[in-house]
Amino acid sequence: MPVISVRDLTKVYKMGDHEVRALRGVSLDIETGEFVAVTGPSGSGKSTFMHIAGCLDRPTSGEYILDGRDVSKLSKDDLARVRNQKIGFVFQGFNLLSRTSALDNVELPLLYNSKNGLKASQRHKRALEVLDAVGLGQRYHHMPNQLSGGQQQRVAIARALINEPAILLADEPTGNLDTRTSIEVMGIFQRLNKERGITVLLITHEMDIAEYGTRLIRFRDGRVVADQAVKHRRNAADELAALPPPEPDQIEHKEEDAAAPAHQ
Amino acid sequence: MSLLMTFRIAFKALARNKMRTALTMLGMIIGVGAVIAMVGLGTGAQQVIEDQVKSAGTNLITVMAGSVNASGVRTGFGNSSKLVPEDAEALRELPLVEFVSESASTRSQIIYGAMNWNTNIEGVNIDLPMIRSWPMRYGTFFSSDDVRVAAKVCVLGANVADNLFGEGVDPTGETVRVRNQLFKVLGVMTPKGAGSGGSNQDDRVFAPYTTVMKKLSGQQNLNQILVSAYSADSLDQTAAAISEVLRIQHNIPPGGDDDFTVQTLDDMVALRTQTANTMTNLLAGIAGVSLVVGGIGIMNIMLVSVTERTREIGLRLAIGARSSDVLMQFLIEAVVISLVGGATGIALGYGISEALKYYQEMPALVPVQTVAIAVLFSGAVGIFFGFYPARKAAGLDPIEALRFE
Repeated sequence: MPVISVRDLTKVYKMGDHEVRALRGVSLDIETGEFVAVTGPSGSGKSTFMHIAGCLDRPTSGEYILDGRDVSKLSKDDLARVRNQKIGFVFQGFNLLSRTSALDNVELPLLYNSKNGLKASQRHKRALEVLDAVGLGQRYHHMPNQLSGGQQQRVAIARALINEPAILLADEPTGNLDTRTSIEVMGIFQRLNKERGITVLLITHEMDIAEYGTRLIRFRDGRVVADQAVKHRRNAADELAALPPPEPDQIEHKEEDAAAPAHQ
Repeated sequence: MSLLMTFRIAFKALARNKMRTALTMLGMIIGVGAVIAMVGLGTGAQQVIEDQVKSAGTNLITVMAGSVNASGVRTGFGNSSKLVPEDAEALRELPLVEFVSESASTRSQIIYGAMNWNTNIEGVNIDLPMIRSWPMRYGTFFSSDDVRVAAKVCVLGANVADNLFGEGVDPTGETVRVRNQLFKVLGVMTPKGAGSGGSNQDDRVFAPYTTVMKKLSGQQNLNQILVSAYSADSLDQTAAAISEVLRIQHNIPPGGDDDFTVQTLDDMVALRTQTANTMTNLLAGIAGVSLVVGGIGIMNIMLVSVTERTREIGLRLAIGARSSDVLMQFLIEAVVISLVGGATGIALGYGISEALKYYQEMPALVPVQTVAIAVLFSGAVGIFFGFYPARKAAGLDPIEALRFE
C-alpha cells in the first residue's frame, strides 16, 4: 500500500481578480521506503505539492490518501494532528527555537502529541535516541547558536523523526549548507532511508542533490512532467570518504565526521 | 495538548527572553504596587480616624447647637440657636440615656508657679469620665457639689499636668491660676492620645461647667451636650429620642428644621472618613491608570513578540500545534507576565506601605480584599491585553509564517 497516494490534485489560488492554478491535476503514488526527489523550476508547483503533501494546505480538488487515510478534506485541527504524527518536516532554514537546547528542540513535537502522554524522562530518552541516530555527538545541551549549520540540520532531522512519522518531508534541506555539509546531511537521509526504511520526500531545485534519491519526479507548470528511477544514484558515504579532510575552520566537527560513516 | 503542557511551553518561551519579560512585568509591578500602596495608606488613614472617633466612647452621642449634616453645614453652629443647661436636664429624663454631661469650653492660660500653659478649659459635669470611659491617673474627679456651687476646682489632662508640674509628678492638692483666679487641682486624667480630628485629648483641663460659664467665660449657653446610651445597639433610637425632646424644648413646629445636631459615633466616622475616602479613591484611580498603562505595555510587547516569532509560530504549527494551542500559548504568556508582575507588585506595594508605616509613621493597612482584587485584576489585564496578540498569532498561516523573514 502506498504511503502517499494522490489523484487529480489541483490547487487554485485567488490573487485579487485572477486565479493562479498552481497544481493542474497531479496523480502519483509513493511507496513506503522510497526516497523520492521532487524537482522543478520555481513556479512549477513543487512547493504547492509539498505543502499539500505535508498537510500544511488543502487541495482545491482531488484526493490525497496519506498512510491509508483521506486527508484532503480534514479540518485545520485534524490536519495539525496528522502533521504531528505522520509527517516529519526538515526545512532549509532549520527553524530551531533559539535559546533552546538541542534536546528541548527535538522534544518539541512530543509536547504537541496528545496521544502519547509521555513522562519527561521518557521524552528525554526518545530525544536522546533520535539525536544519536543523526550523529550529533554529545551536544545535547548546546543552543542552536553554538552549533554549526550541519549540526543544526541534524537536530532538525532528529526533531522530524521523534514522533516516528510515516514520511520525512525535506524542503531544500541543503539550501543553507556548504558542499561538504550538504553531503553529510544527504548521507543522514540515505542512511535513515536504508537502515530504518523511512520514506523520504525531498524537495529541491538542485539536480545533484536530487540524485541522492531513488526516484525523481519533475514538476513543470503544475503538472508532473517526468517520473523515473534515478539512473546513477549518488552515495553520500562513499563521496564523503573520498573528500579531503575538513579545513581548519571545520575542525570543530571533525570528531563526528569520522563517527558518522562508522555507523553505516 | 494539555493545559499543563501549554503552561510549560509558555514558561519556556518567557524564560528565553528574560530581560524583555522582566521589563514587561515591571509595568505591571509598578501599576499593582502603586494601587496596593495607595489603598493601603488610605485604608490605614481611615482606620486611624475610626479609632480616634471610637476613643471618644462607643456609646457616645454628641448634641451640638446649630445644624449640620454629613453633606455640609446648613445653618452653622450656634447660629441663633442655643443649647442651655435645661436641655441637658430634659435629656436626663430619657429612659435610654445612661449619662449626660453639659459641655462649655473656653481657652485660657493656666499658670503654676513659674510655669504656664495655654490650653482648653472644658466645663463638664460629673458623668464625663463615665461617658468617655476615661479613668483617673491621680486624685478624683470633681463632685456634684462642686458643680452645684461652681467651685473653683479642676482636673488636668495628662499633657497639661506634665507641662506644668513635670512628668510623673502628682499635682493633686496644688493650686493653679486661671484668669487671676485660684483653682484647686483635684486630679489628673490618664493619657488618652489623639482624638477625632487629630486634636490632643490630653491637652485640656476639666472644670465644672457651672464654673466655666459663670466664672471664666461668662457664656449663657452650652457648646455641646454629651450623652451616652445604655447600649450601642440603641444608638439610633436614642438619637431619635434626643431629637424629639429637644424639638419640644426649643419649640420647633412640625416640619421645621432642627436648630441642633445630634451626632452618633457612626455619623462622626462617616463625616470624618469622607475626605479620607475621596483621597484614597483619587490616589487609587491615578495608580489604576498606571496599571492600564502596564497592560498596554504587555500588549505592545506581545505584538512585537508575535511578529518576531512568526517563524517559530510557523514551525509550531508545522509540527502539529493547533491554532488553539498557539492562542493559548501566547495568552498564557501574557497572563503569566501580568500575574507574576501583579504578585510582585502586591509584595512591592505591601513593602512600601510597611516602610511608610515604619519610617514615616504613616498608618497603612492593606486589606485582604484589595489583594484579591489586585490578583484578579492583573489576571484580567493579561487576558484582555494578551488576547489580541494571541489571536493574531493563532491566525497565522503556517506556510506564510514559515517563509517569514
